Amino acid sequence: MSQDVILEARGLSKEFKGFIAVKEVNLQVRRGTIHALIGPNGAGKSTVFNLLTKFLTPTRGQILYKGRDITAMRPADVALLGLVRSFQISAVFPHLSVLENVRVALQRPLGTSFHFWKSESSLANLRDRAMELIEAVNLTPWAHHTAAELPYGRKRALEIATTLALDPEVMLLDEPLAGMGHEDIERTAALIKRVSADRTILMVEHNLSVVAHLSDTITVLRRGEILAEGPYDVVSRNPQVMEAYMGTGEVGHA
Amino acid sequence: MAAKSHANPSQATIAVRQPGQDNASRLILVGLGLAAAVAAPFVLYPVFVMKVLCFALFACAFNLLIGFAGLLSFGHAAFFGGAAYITAHAAKVWGLSPEISILLGTAFAGLLGLAVGALAIRRQGIYFAMITLALSQMVFFMALQLKFTGGEDGIQGVPRGHLFGAIDLNDPLAMYYFVLAVFLIGFALIWRTVHSPFGQVLKAIRENEPRAISLGYRTERYKLLAFVLSASLAGLAGGTKSLVFQLASLTDVTWQMSGEVVLMTLLGGMGTLFGPVVGAGIVVTLESYLAGTNLPVPVVIGAIFVVCVLVFRRGIVGELQALMARRRKA
Repeated sequence: MSQDVILEARGLSKEFKGFIAVKEVNLQVRRGTIHALIGPNGAGKSTVFNLLTKFLTPTRGQILYKGRDITAMRPADVALLGLVRSFQISAVFPHLSVLENVRVALQRPLGTSFHFWKSESSLANLRDRAMELIEAVNLTPWAHHTAAELPYGRKRALEIATTLALDPEVMLLDEPLAGMGHEDIERTAALIKRVSADRTILMVEHNLSVVAHLSDTITVLRRGEILAEGPYDVVSRNPQVMEAYMGTGEVGHA
Repeated sequence: MAAKSHANPSQATIAVRQPGQDNASRLILVGLGLAAAVAAPFVLYPVFVMKVLCFALFACAFNLLIGFAGLLSFGHAAFFGGAAYITAHAAKVWGLSPEISILLGTAFAGLLGLAVGALAIRRQGIYFAMITLALSQMVFFMALQLKFTGGEDGIQGVPRGHLFGAIDLNDPLAMYYFVLAVFLIGFALIWRTVHSPFGQVLKAIRENEPRAISLGYRTERYKLLAFVLSASLAGLAGGTKSLVFQLASLTDVTWQMSGEVVLMTLLGGMGTLFGPVVGAGIVVTLESYLAGTNLPVPVVIGAIFVVCVLVFRRGIVGELQALMARRRKA
């Protein structure tokens, strides 16, 4: 069992000046699954997320990635191990073109990222790979537009393409469907499903119904603690979840 | 909702930039600019144009940092003026040739930039600006107190010397073309940096630093390299200026000088390559024009700054580019 856990949190806690945002969270993300972390506002989802990606330092606890302790690592270095995150507000580089957005993620392995004397045309051979990734998220017609020109849902798609450029083993998506219209939600959910084929995904979501058919495992957080965990059918029938998280007896229609 | 109201792709592709056309008109502009620069000393006072070139390079160096890395330094006078002292001292006291003296000034500015940058990049935004200001004030007081800088008098009567031991720079035309060459080398280096793999990462950091980190970039290292490059080029400008005026003085290390380069860059257009050149040209021209009148220079410059921020935020070149982009789309 333990060998197919790719990302694990042990006794993870985070305090902000006396306020306990995350308390003793034990989380196991299994390789090759889509794992959703949900909970109401202020449940500590984003904090857990920022802890796992090293954008915050835990007060207590350990984070293991493929059995290796990454608790003390820098966020940029975690990314190089294959643990790549997205952000809640769409994280694109607005004044770069769609192509450049993806290319900047591809260029690091070339080892020329500090070469200020080299021509930009030295990046030209990344173009094909970048266009493939752009094609994969259906953004080809927009390739030469600046990211700022894209509608919101497309920005999220670009963000996923940029994340995929690193070919991460684990993708951490922070509310990838938040603020989207119905069409965009379906398209993006399908995209997440598609890219999950050969990797692991941990996503934070606000709404249980959205992740219902997408995730293999759902962890419900409340006030910084884990309330329930399991597949949708189990979690959604958990009376504590129904009462505490939704406030009503009906889960999934909120 | 937002998705629906937006243009569909087939419509949008019409608006795609046409790089070929862009390049052609840019080449013509660059050619005209070069021709003007070559002809300038026959029309204008060479010293005046050299001053413009030195400040233009200074502003371009500053712009590399704020326009392409998103870092607002409020202490760039330390590099500009610091290099001026080193160059002046090397040329006058050590009797070194002008090119070696300028290189020493540039290297000093680069090292100073490494020290200041290493401290400042740990903080963001206004705190970054404040640290650079504080450290540059330290440089100012050192310039005031140290023996070799000559206190209030500065270093006067700096010899221009012979370039590569052969070309006499006391000839105004020779000096002018030397300064023009220094400017062009500095500008070319900035242009290359902006359009390099490093420049791409820098722009990504400017646009969204947390995202750049999440893509595996240790952003503080990129910011530090940008800072050192910018400081070195500011030093190149300052060192050259000390040979033009044969003087290194306290004026060049004051915080007002740090402010002036901010103004030049904003006025011309932050984040555009030619904006700082235009801004420096306007500010230097205004200052020398106003010097002959009774108008208080800082008040006029301040008023221009306010108008710039209120009316054309992108600066002159920035607004022109935006206008052209809009026209092309229409």
